[in-house]
Amino acid sequence: MSTPLEPTGGIDTAETIENAIELREVEGLSQGQIVRRRFFRHRGAIIGLVVLALVAILAYTSIGAFGIPGWWKWDYFTPNDVQNSGTPTLSMPVWLGGNGFAIGDHPFGQDEIGRDIFARVMKGTQTSLDVMVVISLLAAVIGMVIGAVAGYFRGGIDQFLMRFTDLFITFPVIVIGAVLGKFAGQAGAFWLAVALGAISWTTLARLVRGEFLTLREREFVDAAKVAGASSTRIIRKHMIPNAMGVIIVNTTLLASQAVLLETALSYLGFGIKSPDVSLGTMISEYQSAFSTRPWLFWWPGLFIILIALSVNFIGDGLRDAFDPRQKRVPSERKMNRAARAGATTEPEQATS
Amino acid sequence: MSTLTPDGSQDPRQPVVPEDDGPILEVENLNVSFFVDGEWFPAAIDVSYHVDAGEVLAIVGESGSGKTQSSMSLLGLLPVNGRSTGSAKLKGKELVGLKGAALRRVRGREIAVIFQEPMTAMNPVYTIGFQIVETIRSHFDMSPKDARARAIELLTMVEIPEPERRFDAFPHQLSGGQRQRAMIAQALACEPQLLVADEPTTALDVTVQGEILKLMRDLRERVNAGVVLITHDMGVVADMADRIVVMQHGRIVESGTADQIFNHAQHPYTQQLLESVPHFGTASVAEGEERTARDRAALEAETRAPILVAENLVLEYPKRGNQPVFRAVDDVSLRIGRGEVVGLVGESGSGKTTIGRAAMGLLPVAGGTLEVAGVQMQTAKPKDLRPLRDRVGIVFQDPGSSLNPRLPIGESIGEPLYLHRKMRGKELSTEIEKLLDSVHLQRGFRNRYPHELSGGQRQRVGIARALALQPDLLVADEPTSALDVSVQAKVLDLFQELQREQGFACLFISHDLGVVEILASRIAVMYMGKIVELGDTDSIVHRPQHEYTQRLVSAVPVPDPAEQRRRREARDALIAQAGVS
Repeated sequence: MSTPLEPTGGIDTAETIENAIELREVEGLSQGQIVRRRFFRHRGAIIGLVVLALVAILAYTSIGAFGIPGWWKWDYFTPNDVQNSGTPTLSMPVWLGGNGFAIGDHPFGQDEIGRDIFARVMKGTQTSLDVMVVISLLAAVIGMVIGAVAGYFRGGIDQFLMRFTDLFITFPVIVIGAVLGKFAGQAGAFWLAVALGAISWTTLARLVRGEFLTLREREFVDAAKVAGASSTRIIRKHMIPNAMGVIIVNTTLLASQAVLLETALSYLGFGIKSPDVSLGTMISEYQSAFSTRPWLFWWPGLFIILIALSVNFIGDGLRDAFDPRQKRVPSERKMNRAARAGATTEPEQATS
Repeated sequence: MSTLTPDGSQDPRQPVVPEDDGPILEVENLNVSFFVDGEWFPAAIDVSYHVDAGEVLAIVGESGSGKTQSSMSLLGLLPVNGRSTGSAKLKGKELVGLKGAALRRVRGREIAVIFQEPMTAMNPVYTIGFQIVETIRSHFDMSPKDARARAIELLTMVEIPEPERRFDAFPHQLSGGQRQRAMIAQALACEPQLLVADEPTTALDVTVQGEILKLMRDLRERVNAGVVLITHDMGVVADMADRIVVMQHGRIVESGTADQIFNHAQHPYTQQLLESVPHFGTASVAEGEERTARDRAALEAETRAPILVAENLVLEYPKRGNQPVFRAVDDVSLRIGRGEVVGLVGESGSGKTTIGRAAMGLLPVAGGTLEVAGVQMQTAKPKDLRPLRDRVGIVFQDPGSSLNPRLPIGESIGEPLYLHRKMRGKELSTEIEKLLDSVHLQRGFRNRYPHELSGGQRQRVGIARALALQPDLLVADEPTSALDVSVQAKVLDLFQELQREQGFACLFISHDLGVVEILASRIAVMYMGKIVELGDTDSIVHRPQHEYTQRLVSAVPVPDPAEQRRRREARDALIAQAGVS
């Protein structure tokens, strides 16, 4: 063997970097930065993020939250005089076919006893967002722990935990939610969310377990074992960060399901109870008024769709960002433009 | 076009005379580039070559040199963000820019591809017969019955035993070598004029590789097709190629006949490439003898107990669902002295990696005894393994998988120190820097992530981590099999240097006898879970006793066309004797 070694400690330029082309996109970035960059290039996800942020800001600042008053003049429970039979005063700008943009006194209208629907929708949105966050966080934590333990230790523990999960899966969520919600609903939205979170972790647990089963066969886990790392350290330091993609993506998708679940339960009358307001209870309360006062129905419905859709878009964006196989196909036009621009410089770049 | 027959004798057209007008394939100024991050990044630049009928052109280069992409662009098999410009003419017909039906007529019919990994290149839900018939019927108007007969004819031609029965076999029911044969049969189904073989033997064991190369050589004489052989293995090139094109960084740096390239290489890169190929059978003659003598002397002077003692060791993989217990290692006895490098050679599935993992305490011992660094592994509790982990290290096969992608490599290297020596902060970071220096990596690399490194750099990180605790025993599990030859040469040099400096004992596991020959003073040959031969490097390489060792030794390709021809004849005789696997 007479291969000349490169100078000791010197810069390794002689070596061909065989993945040079793939590396161009990720040079100098950590995994987290790569994911963030891909996420921010995902148009749908960014629109979803902006819409969700706007909805949240509107909901929390307008009528206030956590004891802090908001800027909106009505609250969601005091009946007022019904003006103009409660028709919404919001009118669209001319270019949208309305007669000039105006907000008016009750932009979303009033119900039959004169409560301001805007305030009520905002309150309902708050409830839905709170419930969504609590359900998804709780479900994420339970699912992650159960999935991680089952996937890492395998054997008897795995069998037990997975049969336990199967048991939970066999219960129809809506029925369990109804029973639990009946009790928890009395205690307020928070406890309802806790109850729902406690039953919706099953999918995540199975996904995390699957991810762990593949990760534990990876050599870096063996390497950590040989280095003397304990099981807790391996799970915490080596495996969970690598399973984070699955966890984040599915928690997001779970969140949009949670909104719909809470709405459905409240609509059935098992979820949020009066005087609390949620978008689901509003729809259920006002469904009889659908033909006479459709705005009582449309506004909460619109906000349910906005929240669920934007969360779903964010989830899609996260999934694409975490999945290295999901490469965006560059558009024909962009490629052609770069080809024309680069036609002269290409040979020079090649030598690098 | 000639009619293929199971035995060439009935072929109406006698051995191939390239009487045709000009070359089959003419490639001129072919450029392939990829659209990455807003600009076009070239993968192949101004590639020009030609292939004549009945000729094998080898394209040689390291990964990333553009050899695969330039060939795949002939068939329009580039990813969506790739494009090719320039000219590639198949018998005067332009291939670049071909689309749709015209491209489909060329694919399979006129150009066929043999892929690297037959398991992934064949569809697992269809029988191999179905897949061959599919290829035939998509190009020829043929009844299913005739197509079946033709497929069986092809399977006979590629020497698959019991072709009638194998016709209905699924890919997973065949061995790796048979799968590759089936894929060759599929590629030849339409009697293509050009055959692109992309690393056709890389995924195979060396003895199977020998058989496939023999088949390809036989077929080449029978089928009048040009062959483009893409490979990084100089031994395979020496075995097969008529002419050679060497690529580096997307450009052709040298081209010529096999003799010109191997014996009178002009370009420094070609020379470097040839030098870095382990030349089997020579390493142990020159420096090797001296080293063996030195090792032996050192070993005799050594009074301490051996670092690893295995007596009648049995290792098993436990029953899983319907799969019964699998005995991977059966009745193995092996002894590694302090500071000794022992090579463990065998094919995939022979149980060599299993032994390495058991020595690390990653697998329970099912029978016999195994003592590593004074710890009895068969009775060891997790508690007893802790001191052991202080004294052993392992370098894994795949450097891409053995580093945690979410940790900067400094942290990966420092983990053993953090856990065992309880080092923190400043102390830890000086130590990490020392380790990076020792494997010739810049200190700045400690904050990089594994995906930013090349394969060779990653493997050096793996070595640094394994040596962090200055172990007495290092298990190196195929540390270079995922690397290019020139990178492999550097890593092996580094490895030897570190071994001399630190004097650790090493169990070097590899399927490549050429590599083991360079490093080890003794070699153990494993076959089907048993050690069939154990001896000095010199005697294993030059005077193999066991029949399997003889086959293994004869199958190692040597990067020298003349010598390889001699070895090949000896090997073919052995294959004929033993029959195909």
